[in-house]
Amino acid sequence: MSRDERSLNAVPRWIWLALAACLALQFAWRATRPGAATTAEDLPPAPTAAALRLASFGEPAAVARLAMLYLQAFDLRGTNDVPYQRLDYRRLVAWLGAIVDLDPRSEYPLFSSARVYTENPDPAKVRVMLDFIYREFLKDPDHRWRWLAHAALVAKHRLHDLPLALRYADAIDRLTTARDVPLWAKQMRIFILEDMNELQAAKVILGGLLESGAVKDPAELRFLEHHLEELEARGVATPVPRR
Amino acid sequence: MPAAAILARFVLLEARRSGLPWIVAASLVAALGLAAFLAQVALTESIALQAAFCAALLRACAVFLVAAHVAASTLREIDDKGLELMLTLPVSRTAHYLGRLGGYIALGAVIALCFALPLLLWSPPAAVALWALSLAAETALVAAAALFFSMVLVQPVSAVAASAGLYILARAMGAIQSIAASPLAEPTLAHRLARWSIDAVALLLPRLDAATRTDWLIYGTPSGASYAAALIGLLLYALLLVAAGLFDFHRRNL
Repeated sequence: MSRDERSLNAVPRWIWLALAACLALQFAWRATRPGAATTAEDLPPAPTAAALRLASFGEPAAVARLAMLYLQAFDLRGTNDVPYQRLDYRRLVAWLGAIVDLDPRSEYPLFSSARVYTENPDPAKVRVMLDFIYREFLKDPDHRWRWLAHAALVAKHRLHDLPLALRYADAIDRLTTARDVPLWAKQMRIFILEDMNELQAAKVILGGLLESGAVKDPAELRFLEHHLEELEARGVATPVPRR
Repeated sequence: MPAAAILARFVLLEARRSGLPWIVAASLVAALGLAAFLAQVALTESIALQAAFCAALLRACAVFLVAAHVAASTLREIDDKGLELMLTLPVSRTAHYLGRLGGYIALGAVIALCFALPLLLWSPPAAVALWALSLAAETALVAAAALFFSMVLVQPVSAVAASAGLYILARAMGAIQSIAASPLAEPTLAHRLARWSIDAVALLLPRLDAATRTDWLIYGTPSGASYAAALIGLLLYALLLVAAGLFDFHRRNL
């Protein structure tokens, strides 16, 4: 107690009671209110990249990543069995595009596009996402090939669209020029044509990525390991369409 | 010891005895705690996310703490007639102003160093060192702005608001200019006038969006030329604020 303060006994009893009652009311009020889980319908229209840049006040790298965390909270929980299945993918792609434009060197938007948002059971929505990944790949092939490599696998095993998978594989081979692009990625076409199921293919790609040192982030490693476990648990053995 | 150095020492002593060290510690704990939480929900780039979030938050905290402290300290001295008492001493007005500012700049440098240290958890030392030096220069500019506005406006809310307004506008001006220069905009006379007005306002502001960039911590150190340009820009603007502050202080009838 400092010399500027009087003893606690100096506070009238009714003020003690009022303080305790107000605190209890606050706890009760907050405890009975529903949580702030965001649904698919809550996803607002995407801002433009210029608006995001203006709102970032010169911190595009931080705001791009925070925007991704904001975006991934939509339709993640709630009454849906599969996360993100009810999202408006046109709106979602607009958001992802704005975030990529805000910080083109961040891998988060394309990681989420390829690994998370392509898990949707609706083939039309998956195609929207694959098309977005392909468009973004064309802007910077040497740094974005691995997302298109995964998109090729999704096209083959989920959409059973071999021509689309081969188009993506050919694009990686044709457009990447950096020395650190591994050989297996350049030869994706052969890999796509091989008679592998999704689990085998995912294991080969993941092994290649780990070997090349492209995946270092602990959160991403955890996510990919979990994804492989899920595929194994699902017993994925998708019939591979022959050309 | 010169009078200016003694004044600077007293400014630092005042900051140490105020609650500022505790607020700096609380800012560090809050930034690290929030960054750790965000890393738990991130699917990828968790390390980059922690570095970027912590750097952005601590940069804002450093600037706010310096501006608020400078305004509160200066205005308290004016209200308590301490400034008038100091002016009766055989110390020139220039030495008095520069001494106080020197203390605030040193305070900003200490805060910048404290806020840079945790970033070593995620970023290479060279990048952190460049970031810290740039933040120290940025807080020096903010201290000069807050001291100028405090002496001119003589109201705490007005001084902090003016400093914050200058800072936020300077950080957003690059984005505002790029929006104004958008090729999608109609090339009307009104648009051209608006664009010229924005460019004119930009001439009066420092390029704060080019300084203390989070990119340096995540994607690697900047080129020597761009880093030097950013720091020289800050230094020139700080000198402009000091000159303006000295002009006003010498003109004032105290």
